[in-house]
Amino acid sequence: MAQAALRRFSGEALIEEAGPTGMVTLRGTLRSGAILSAVQGAVGLRVPEVRRAESGPRGSVLWMSPDELMLICEAGEAAGIAAGITERLAGEHFLALDLSSARSRFRISGAGAREVLAKGAPVDLAPRAFGPGDLRRTRLGSVAVAFWCTGPDMFELICFRSVADHVYEWLCLAARPGGRVHLY
Amino acid sequence: MLLIHCPYCDETLPELEFAHAGEAHVARPENPSAQSDAEWEEFLFIRRNVKGPHYERWRHTHGCGRFFNAVRDTVSDRFLATYPAGAPRPSLASLTGESE
Ligand SMILES: [Zn+2]
Repeated sequence: MAQAALRRFSGEALIEEAGPTGMVTLRGTLRSGAILSAVQGAVGLRVPEVRRAESGPRGSVLWMSPDELMLICEAGEAAGIAAGITERLAGEHFLALDLSSARSRFRISGAGAREVLAKGAPVDLAPRAFGPGDLRRTRLGSVAVAFWCTGPDMFELICFRSVADHVYEWLCLAARPGGRVHLY
Repeated sequence: MLLIHCPYCDETLPELEFAHAGEAHVARPENPSAQSDAEWEEFLFIRRNVKGPHYERWRHTHGCGRFFNAVRDTVSDRFLATYPAGAPRPSLASLTGESE
């Protein structure tokens, strides 16, 4: 299948479609040794604390709820990772599923990035309140999203694919030149 | 805008992320088929409609997705407590410092 060109928009912040991304949902008792070692084996990362994301060269792990993680990896790796975890956790009570097709991923970066998100999400995005590794599942405008801070003024965001066009256009509108409030 | 503490996310967050889900601690009958029509009506529809501190369910819909319980004063809209589903209900005396 031909891959459509990835969209990007440069305004008060840079809005980029991240394109195909591997995403594996993992549910279970997050603090159990079995899950900790399964996550370590799959992407080489620790299980994140509440409202946090762990990132490394092989991907990211997002805290989604008290019993749910999202593993972010290269497109095409997700099925293998889900199968590997399923094998490793045999006998445990858990769920590992390749849900790469369910969601879309975006990058928001630049000096205006915090304000772009703050225009639509009920989250304190001041640098002292939301820094690298911090994550929120929340809403942007009227739809559910999750976003996390990957560096100074750099964020990644995922939303359901069915609303991805809307979210992209929403982000571009919020980032239109001249739209800075200079709150942060 | 109400600010609500999610006991799972352990953060106080705007009402926009939450959905109200009715009275809490309504016990489901252990043997539904043995219920009379009047008992079913009581279980399904009859609520206390409290004026004052009210035990109620909320869901962190646009967040962790979890249901939890809260005590909210229906007169002032002030939240006295939130606690995880399954946890025992806190006594009103412990929340208000008054005797029930
Ligand atoms: Zn929550």
